[in-house]
Amino acid sequence: MIRLQNIEKVYRTDTVETLALNSISLDIAKGEFLSIMGPSGCGKSTLLNIIGLLDIPTKGEIKIDEQKTDSLSDKQLANFRNKKLGFIFQSYHLINDLKVLDNVELPLLYRESSAKERKDLASEALGKVGLSNRVKHFPTQLSGGQKQRVAIARAIVGRPEIILADEPTGNLDSTMGNEVMDILLNLNKSDGTTIVMVTHDENMAKKTHRLVRLFDGSQVQ
Amino acid sequence: MLKNYFKIAIAVLKRRKFFTFISLFGISFTLTIMMVLAAFIENVIGNDYPDRKRDRSLYITSMEERGKNAMSSGSPSFYFLNKYAATLKTPAKISICSNGGNSTNTYVNNKKIAINYKYTDANYWDILEYDFVEGKAFDAQQVKNGEHVAVISEGLKKEYFGDIPSVVGKYIEADNVQYRISGVVKNVPITTYMLYSDIYIPYTVSKIDYLNKDYQGGYIAILLAASKADLQKISNEYDDVMKRVPMENKDFDHMNCRAESYMRSFLNTGNEDSSGLTEALTAIGVFTLIVMLLPTINLININVTRIMERSSEIGVRKAFGASSKTLVYQFIVENLILTLLGGLIGIILSYIIIQIINSADLIPYFVIKMNLMVLLIALLICFVFGLFSGVYPAWRMSKLNVVTALKEQ
Repeated sequence: MIRLQNIEKVYRTDTVETLALNSISLDIAKGEFLSIMGPSGCGKSTLLNIIGLLDIPTKGEIKIDEQKTDSLSDKQLANFRNKKLGFIFQSYHLINDLKVLDNVELPLLYRESSAKERKDLASEALGKVGLSNRVKHFPTQLSGGQKQRVAIARAIVGRPEIILADEPTGNLDSTMGNEVMDILLNLNKSDGTTIVMVTHDENMAKKTHRLVRLFDGSQVQ
Repeated sequence: MLKNYFKIAIAVLKRRKFFTFISLFGISFTLTIMMVLAAFIENVIGNDYPDRKRDRSLYITSMEERGKNAMSSGSPSFYFLNKYAATLKTPAKISICSNGGNSTNTYVNNKKIAINYKYTDANYWDILEYDFVEGKAFDAQQVKNGEHVAVISEGLKKEYFGDIPSVVGKYIEADNVQYRISGVVKNVPITTYMLYSDIYIPYTVSKIDYLNKDYQGGYIAILLAASKADLQKISNEYDDVMKRVPMENKDFDHMNCRAESYMRSFLNTGNEDSSGLTEALTAIGVFTLIVMLLPTINLININVTRIMERSSEIGVRKAFGASSKTLVYQFIVENLILTLLGGLIGIILSYIIIQIINSADLIPYFVIKMNLMVLLIALLICFVFGLFSGVYPAWRMSKLNVVTALKEQ
């Protein structure tokens, strides 16, 4: 489903060149739940951003569903992300000015859909993460675990085939972390959603199908 | 989508109330100035009382004579107009009247009243459509006989006679002469300066010798065409006549005295090198630019700051499928909502200010009205303002790198 070939990412400033990713090749199958681990600064998030087409590799090629992504225009990329990908971030990145339901509806705003459809789909997604009773709340009125569940609802509302989660349990205590992990596992199992998760937590990683370890930008496992 | 933008726009406005206040104050204050100005100009230009046939009229209001060492400009004289304009064949009707710059004092119950007076012929009342509150105009015979009759304005009637139902047949004194009132007309605002007056009297009673053979002398002519199509014919005939007019004296070798449309004659400076219209438009343009520029720059500045606060939102939107173009659109829409809100406040403020100006009676008989045209102009100004102050910040926002944007909190 996702194929990375010799991905290299170099950050350049006037004086320094930093190699963030070094020749990463990775095949992720449809329906797989993959976790990426490694120490801070090893390039985990950079890799996830590149898989999510949020960042461009300096070298190498990414194919998603056999489609090459390097030649897509800004609009095509946006469209591609909207249809195929869902994102979950460590710090949730909810829009505090919008109610929970509006936050979850967000990806649907960028595709053809009526207001009613959006509302129905967003309510359904919130139901899946057990937050049907919080639709009219603002993010600031929720706990960390609830916020992350809203973020998951937002990631799945457009029914993407791939979910990219950057330390989704990183800011949560173990109980809440487990709740969130259970939701992700369930999504993977019941809907067959492909999930790529960056994590620091060995226990969480163990629950996934496969673990990739990075060290100083290189794949070590 | 728009509903979502609206929600966000309102939420952003609520977030930093001080910034919002500064933005809205800047926008509404600027728009108030622009709207009051637009309302003023629109009412000055748009008011077609009493010359409702102005679209098929030409006006001769000024004259310029030039020589190597001399230059003289002013209104043409009765003699000049009577000789060269009144004899034209193509106009349906021609009227000659004084240009409205005459004023005198009159006294009633020991109270001094300053009045403007205007000499007219009988055609004046046919070409112009004054609304008579009572009585009627003086006729050609009365003009010919030099009768001391007058048409007065409603305002003067009230001031001179107080609240009495009818004054036709009564006498009014102006410049130590008693005039019998033949009619009372609705007030003409002073901004229609060519036709404004408190009292209208036959030119034949003029104390100044209206047959004085100077070319210049405080009169104007109105040439009425039978149809709009005839305007060009009149203009051509008049130009032909003008070519044959001998110079007034040796000092001059060139003379310019045009028959022009209402707008051009209204703004005429008497200078043949510039129409007055150009100068007026330039002045309005420069004023608009100055008044709009500072708040626009200010708003751009505030917008840029506010956008940077929203980088996380921008990152999220991009990640979930918003293209740069969509984001530019969103931000411009948000900014338009802000400016329209400011515009709404501006309209209310303008309305209040216009009411104050009207009730203070700063300009005699001139009432500024907020009509549909003024509102449309206001809307257009808001739109342009919103667009200009939104485009650059929106463009900057859309260029934000997603990863960088998401790192910001």
